Amino acid sequence: MHRTRPFDHLILIIGAALLVLPVVVAFMTSTYTAAQIHTGGLQILPGGNFTETYSKVLTQKGGFTGQITGARMLMNSMILGVGFALGKIVLSMMAAYAIVYFRFRFATIMFWVIFTTLLLPLEVRIMPSYGVMSQLGILNSYTGLIVPLLASATGTFYFRQFFKSIPDELLEAARIDGAGPVKFFIDVIVPLSKTMIAAIFIIMFVYGWNQYLWPMLMTTDESFFTLMRGIKSILQVWIGSQIPDYNEAFALAVLAIIPPVAVVVIFQRWFIKGLTESDK
Amino acid sequence: MASIAIENVVKTYAGGNTAVHGVSIDIKDGEFIVLVGPSGCGKSTLLRMVAGLEPISGGEVRIGDRRVNDLDPADRDIAMVFQNYALYPHMTVRENLAYGLKNRKTPKAEIEARVAEAARMLEIGQYLDRKPRALSGGQRQRVAMGRAIVRKPAAFLFDEPLSNLDAKLRVTMRAEIRKLQKRLGTTSIYVTHDQLEAMTLADRLVVLNAGRIEQIGAPLEIYHKPASTFVASFIGSPAMNLVDARAEGGMLWFGGVSVPLKGAQGPVTLGLRAEDLRLAAPGEAAVQLRIEHVEELGAQRLVHGMFEDQSLTIALSPDVPLSDVVPVALPRERLHLFDAVSGKRIEARAPVFA
Repeated sequence: MHRTRPFDHLILIIGAALLVLPVVVAFMTSTYTAAQIHTGGLQILPGGNFTETYSKVLTQKGGFTGQITGARMLMNSMILGVGFALGKIVLSMMAAYAIVYFRFRFATIMFWVIFTTLLLPLEVRIMPSYGVMSQLGILNSYTGLIVPLLASATGTFYFRQFFKSIPDELLEAARIDGAGPVKFFIDVIVPLSKTMIAAIFIIMFVYGWNQYLWPMLMTTDESFFTLMRGIKSILQVWIGSQIPDYNEAFALAVLAIIPPVAVVVIFQRWFIKGLTESDK
Repeated sequence: MASIAIENVVKTYAGGNTAVHGVSIDIKDGEFIVLVGPSGCGKSTLLRMVAGLEPISGGEVRIGDRRVNDLDPADRDIAMVFQNYALYPHMTVRENLAYGLKNRKTPKAEIEARVAEAARMLEIGQYLDRKPRALSGGQRQRVAMGRAIVRKPAAFLFDEPLSNLDAKLRVTMRAEIRKLQKRLGTTSIYVTHDQLEAMTLADRLVVLNAGRIEQIGAPLEIYHKPASTFVASFIGSPAMNLVDARAEGGMLWFGGVSVPLKGAQGPVTLGLRAEDLRLAAPGEAAVQLRIEHVEELGAQRLVHGMFEDQSLTIALSPDVPLSDVVPVALPRERLHLFDAVSGKRIEARAPVFA
């Protein structure tokens, strides 16, 4: 076996520093005032403006209408991220369940149709999607933000592969034990998929959290602004002699990092637990 | 408790492949039936049709006096033990045992009593709160059987339940299954490809080949009177020697030795069990067997040899001295004759000398 030497650690430390440093710089810089940043550039040491910046970002009403706070944007992003992740998991699990366990005509073709849409990014169908939402009159609503993006070929595909790896005998045992399709799904499939669910949740939450283009199209009402849009709008105020609020932008960015990191940390634990505990 | 009637059951797959060709078996209440045959003979398919996991293409299956062809597996009042146990990995042993009862809306107290009873019977009481992955293969097997027992079904169906166990455990579990079945008196159908398992467990054996029944009978009946060369070579270990011989004018000729025999004419296949063969006494008519190799089994020794171009195995006691060529006498009372073409048994016997 290879013995870990100091040199190996050095490489790891350099790698870790390279990844963490920008975040540290962003955080440190956010603790200065906008003017200090404008004159002094990026900072690596803590400044004295931490409380002011963050309380301002979280509570002060801003935007063009002066209605939206950082906390509100955080909440919107959260709703989007969680709604996305949960909706996608529920929908793709059910789709995969139908594809794997029910014999119906054209099931294979159906699956491949779903699978090919995996190749198409959201941007390809963003205009038609927008058109539909607009005609349904659900622009500027959480429903409009979340529902059109729920159908997930990626999720369906992952769950399909996972369901296929569950031995058929389990289904047969359940059938003999008197469990119908719904019962089997809830009592056996869902608990067995816990690790898959955790993995998909991580991916989909981060994906939803980072959505920029779709929320920007869908919402004009500032009370539906997400953090991603908030950061952008702070930097858009470069008019006349006004200095953009760099510190606030950085603070928002730092805030925007926290939930995805938390999700990854929390679910990773389940994820690894599931992997190491699994049967055989 | 119920009898099971399988009548002209056919399984044809969508592609037109027929896996089971009109099989009929009458299973009495409380009987232990073993379906045995090589892989691909349709034994598992047949079992799965009885269980309701596989649609029946033709014929009828009745459990008790109910026709079950169109019933769901859960409504057939059967329990099944699978080769890979098929325990729910995320449930504890207790939950595994109780799941079927819970789905049937059995009262809680009753479930608890039945689980406790099954656990006691199978000695898995101390594992009740463990997950299946924390159990060894043998323990998982017991849990799988427990899941069948708690339901108190009309019939147990076993699909090669011991194949995943090591040889030693297989022998103990085999005995336990037999004991348990005797004690509960539940009608059972057991599928295996292991002829030894089949012989030791069965009240009656059903030997299947290519989707057809070759023979049904008690283990010893099949051992002593195999209905065809297929059964002869499949049941019994080592496999029965099958050699070409000729019957002419009331005599059977093999290897320069003749035995008086009635009821056959022309070329026949002669079946000789290794354990029926013995070395010839001096002066006795004998087949001169050239020894090729010897397998030592401890209690006995299997001697494989050739006579002309036909191979022959004999089981001898380990203290019989061997040379390169040994004289082998034919057991007159224990000859099995089969049609050289169809492989079917020919009832022939040594004439009684007046």
